[in-house]
Amino acid sequence: MKILVCISHVPDTTSKINFTEGDTKFDTNGVQFVINPNDEFGLTRAMWFKEKQGASVDVVNVGGPETEPTLRKALAIGADSAIRVNTEATDGFAVAKQLAKVVQDGGYDLVIAGRESIDYNGGMVPGMLAALTDANFVNNCISLEVDESNATATREIDGGKETVTTSLPLIIGGQKGLVEESDLRIPNMRGIMMARKKPLNVVDPVDANAETTAVKFEKPAPKGAVKLVSPDNLDELVNLLHNEAKVI
Amino acid sequence: MSVLVYTESENGKFKKGALEVASYAKAVASQMGTSVTAVAFNASNASELSNYGINKVLNITNTDEFNAKIYANALKQAAEKEDAKVVVVSSSADAKYLAPLLAVGLNAGYASNVIEAPSSTVPFTVKRTAFTNKAFNFTEINTDVKIVGVSSNSFGLVESSGNATVEDFSPSLTTSNTKVQSVDKATDKVSIADADIVVSGGRGLKGPENWGMVEELAEVLGAATACSKPVSDLGWRPHSEHVGQTGKPVASNLYIAIGISGAIQHLAGVNASKVKVVINTDPEAPFFKAADYGVVGDAFEVVPQLIEKLKEFKAQNA
Repeated sequence: MKILVCISHVPDTTSKINFTEGDTKFDTNGVQFVINPNDEFGLTRAMWFKEKQGASVDVVNVGGPETEPTLRKALAIGADSAIRVNTEATDGFAVAKQLAKVVQDGGYDLVIAGRESIDYNGGMVPGMLAALTDANFVNNCISLEVDESNATATREIDGGKETVTTSLPLIIGGQKGLVEESDLRIPNMRGIMMARKKPLNVVDPVDANAETTAVKFEKPAPKGAVKLVSPDNLDELVNLLHNEAKVI
Repeated sequence: MSVLVYTESENGKFKKGALEVASYAKAVASQMGTSVTAVAFNASNASELSNYGINKVLNITNTDEFNAKIYANALKQAAEKEDAKVVVVSSSADAKYLAPLLAVGLNAGYASNVIEAPSSTVPFTVKRTAFTNKAFNFTEINTDVKIVGVSSNSFGLVESSGNATVEDFSPSLTTSNTKVQSVDKATDKVSIADADIVVSGGRGLKGPENWGMVEELAEVLGAATACSKPVSDLGWRPHSEHVGQTGKPVASNLYIAIGISGAIQHLAGVNASKVKVVINTDPEAPFFKAADYGVVGDAFEVVPQLIEKLKEFKAQNA
């Protein structure tokens, strides 16, 4: 089985978010970048396929050279080779078109992407990729088994879960549940050394216009001070929620 | 030209989110000086959408259970039939599943997590959340046909008369290799996505055996239950309850956090909730800075008392 894991290069979850150039660009100053958490669950699931059933695992990112350390980390975790499509990730549709070319050229059976990146939260790349490559697609996937060319997947639905059968080629929008948090791997020294020697191929982008443009960013208005209620006076809390906040 | 909206139903009845996206679609149509067509699947009372400004309902009855590929293709055919320039969908799990497929089908730019009516229609510009609610971004959609995914509980329900005509619509159905085998859904519980109120517990509750009071508080309020990331990682509660940056986003009217300190990732995930109440023993817990109301106290004393007070309140206001 040939597996491709799509990796977004995103600010660490603890990052303070700021903008520059008149609030039109994300301020990367002092920001630590990581593998998008939703993608990392997928990468670990892919490693299990490789170890238990036999598979090759490639990782791909659409972005500039600054994203290569994130791809090297994925190689250190155990991916066999990496691909970087050398263009700025402008919007989800454009990224999906770049990835579609990589998927078609590589003849992948299974593509695992995170259900969304934690920076732009577009949540569209896996689905668009499936539509562009005419593959089956399961979103919000929390469990995945593959047997020959058949797959069983569970997706989270509002208020529960749904299990489906489907077949390869298959695109997954993955999240926690594919593997648990405690299953995630921290690269060890041997992995890091080996990652240096693994191939990281830079490929040219295809023509793909961005269909959407992020024109401006804004930070939420600062929050007013919290109103403290004494634990001995919870009637007051009920009163505030009813009369002031009007939520009960 | 028209605005199209995908109005989801369950067992024939429209979901609350369907009425919200209908309200949103009406607002967009007013801005553009055009009409709104809703697409419903197996709705038993399609004319209910009249109250939200819908002019026409295409009711599709030749499909059964939800399938993202088949539904997306049916919506594409409806959009083409109605010459739709804007398609509005919700942020339900199903809508987020099919919207990217529909976007490719219609060659449409898609903006998700939109929280307000367009700030302009030429260029078509919407405000959406990004960085998991740590920021907003204004996005222009540059394509001829545009898809807008509206965040739950952001625009609200806006009634207006629409005098909707209901038409049966039978698109030619595409095929899909993806078949549902089983659905596991708690029917007696409110889901986090649909809840007006969410009651959430953290590590301060010390163990899964202490969740009885969280569930009781939720029951009194008709709320969904949720938890912080450490609680789900420890296996005290299922992953489906984990809210925060890598879990589910919460956009309820009221969010009550019990024994949750308020790590930046958790706050990001619940930021879109309108009113936040924190109950924590530690007055220095970061959550107090992000909350509207706070109680500094022991959850094991405060929560049972609060349940009693709320029961009294409910009895008086019933």
